[in-house]
Amino acid sequence: MGQSAPSAETPIVMLGRQGNRRLVLAFDTAARAAGLRVGIPGSKAQVLVPNLQSFDLDAAGDAAALDRMALWSLRYAPIVAADPPDGLIIDTTGADHLHGGEETMLEGLVSRMAVSGIEARAAVADTWGAAHACARYLARPTFVAPVERSSAIMLGLPIVALRLPPDIVHGLQTLGFERVGEVDAAPRASLTLRFGPELGRRLDQATGRRSEPFEPIRSDELIEVRRAFGEPIGAAETIARYAGKLVAALCEALEPKGLGARRLDLLFHRVDNRIEAIRVGTAVPVRDVKRLTRLLTDRIETVDPGFGIELMTLTATLAEPFGAKQIISSLVEEPEPDITDLIDTLTNRIGEQRLYRFSPVESDVPERSVRRVAATAPDDGISWPGEWPRPPRLLTHPEPIETMALLPDHPPVWFSWRGIRRRVTRADGPERVFGEWWQRDAEVIAVRDYFQVEDEAGDRFWIYRSGDGEDPETGSHKWFLHGVFA
Amino acid sequence: MGQPAASPAIAALRERIARLEGGPARNRATLPFGVPAIDKVLPGGGLVLGALHEIAGGRNGAIDGAAAALFAAGIAARTKGKVLWCVTRQDLFAPALAQAGLLPGRVVYVEAGDEAAVLACFEEGLRHGGLGAVVAELARLSMTASRRLQLAAETSGAVGIAIRRWRRQTEATDFGQPTAAVTRWRVTALPSRPLPVPGVGRARWQLELIRVRAGESADFEVEACDAKGRLALFSGLADRSPAARHGPVRAIG
Repeated sequence: MGQSAPSAETPIVMLGRQGNRRLVLAFDTAARAAGLRVGIPGSKAQVLVPNLQSFDLDAAGDAAALDRMALWSLRYAPIVAADPPDGLIIDTTGADHLHGGEETMLEGLVSRMAVSGIEARAAVADTWGAAHACARYLARPTFVAPVERSSAIMLGLPIVALRLPPDIVHGLQTLGFERVGEVDAAPRASLTLRFGPELGRRLDQATGRRSEPFEPIRSDELIEVRRAFGEPIGAAETIARYAGKLVAALCEALEPKGLGARRLDLLFHRVDNRIEAIRVGTAVPVRDVKRLTRLLTDRIETVDPGFGIELMTLTATLAEPFGAKQIISSLVEEPEPDITDLIDTLTNRIGEQRLYRFSPVESDVPERSVRRVAATAPDDGISWPGEWPRPPRLLTHPEPIETMALLPDHPPVWFSWRGIRRRVTRADGPERVFGEWWQRDAEVIAVRDYFQVEDEAGDRFWIYRSGDGEDPETGSHKWFLHGVFA
Repeated sequence: MGQPAASPAIAALRERIARLEGGPARNRATLPFGVPAIDKVLPGGGLVLGALHEIAGGRNGAIDGAAAALFAAGIAARTKGKVLWCVTRQDLFAPALAQAGLLPGRVVYVEAGDEAAVLACFEEGLRHGGLGAVVAELARLSMTASRRLQLAAETSGAVGIAIRRWRRQTEATDFGQPTAAVTRWRVTALPSRPLPVPGVGRARWQLELIRVRAGESADFEVEACDAKGRLALFSGLADRSPAARHGPVRAIG
């Protein structure tokens, strides 16, 4: 809406026609605070809330926008569908490993949406129904239900969480039901007689007693190959063989466009209407049949074929053109072997964040002097300045030690770490490290004095004193052990 | 096998044993330490490439694995190509490895989370063939697992280094169990040589070659890796003149 957009404090409602009445169908937080609810007639809302802004609901436009968002969220998992009017369903099975686990993935998803101005809430649970309810009726914006625990959580939620038509919810409330658990415990027959089969169906879907398949969204722009089987397949070897055939077909389709796959989704449609998926990613565009097949077959063990698979589809969800590459022309220089395929294999096995290189950062504070960069990041040839010895093992959190030392600038005479007392025979230091005032206010005058000490047996340690030994403002003057030398 | 054969019969026998061990296709290149005393006891005159080697720390080193990591970094630094370093939980400080000659641009770290995943990544790295060295930090290494790793290393020619590291001192007895590794080393820190001024000198290690296939075990007192990853033999003479100290022993090292 640009300049004419109302401010955040203005209550806004979206109106739509239902039968011959104009009703409130959606509202923002300001309108909710003013007491508006879905289903109130538009004219009544105008009377209840002064300066209320109302707009006509564009259902088709909203659905199209939701579809676009579903396509965008294909980056998180291969099986995604729009859940109108206001939701997305993402089947995270077999996809969270690429994003560092379910919680990291959810937080990433919500924060990415927040950047584009969408206030999103997300939950992971065992069933669609439970995830739908947890995302909408729990206080936390992101929530990961422990495996097998989501139906128990579901039972404690209010009955509106069950995705039932408003009249059934109203009817249940009239009967005195408040929570899902109470409805679930009541005799099913009489409830069905009164409210129809819908109530039982929703209850079973939320608790996982009945499956709830959905049709994943697909875009025509994506390159996709598929193979249907007359007789359902199930053996791992058979799946691997057909995965290889699909990869070959996909590479043929990619070739005329000059593209290479960065992300592949292999979907298995099972005879019982469930969909299993494998997703693999690569660091650079790849069109090598053998390499892609290898990546996919590595993960076949994660697929549960159930009673058989009747359709396999392979999609290049992310395809990129091949970049130009300099080929070494000198006869003397040996080409550096390419290890991107190994990096891809390992990434798909253990996750992207777990594979990295260390790169130098210009900082004297030891824990800040290294930075993790992607394993495929170009090598700039820079290393750390090597004047001062550094220990090969650095403790994540410096451990406090007991010492006896002369102030201000002597190393300890002895120290005791993890219950073992060691006499210092030789020491080197201090190496003074000043706090980085541009990072935090507390570091403006903070100082650490590092010493390298050697005990009688020859074991060497990297210890420091917080503070300069004279001015108590520079630190607590306590001693810490930060690393172990060889 | 460095020494010349005493008789044709022995030469024939050696050839037969070599064939039994894996045939002529096997990569027999070696990586010398550049210290004659160590290279002499290693068959082939150095650390065999395309093979699995085990390193553990002595005393505290069995837990922190600091000296073992530097020793491995020194070996990896002298190979060509990238290095894969697999750990369960990251506590390496890369600037120290750079000081042993292993520059940050060459090492890809894998934080695998558990031992089984470390083993899988270790084997994958050894099988790949484009890497110079693959290092993994492991507490347990069974005969079967080490045999797989050894075969993987043989096919690719990359040197595989298993740093054995345990949570508790008592678990370090596991180092006595047999594995298929070609050599087995133990690195223990020694007190450094006193300097004429206050300070700490170059680190010294007691380097024990506990086991070597087709060779005899030995132990050495060495000075720790320098900036190029090379060891130097400790001369044993603390008070030699500076000229003599920078003489032959250092030149070789």
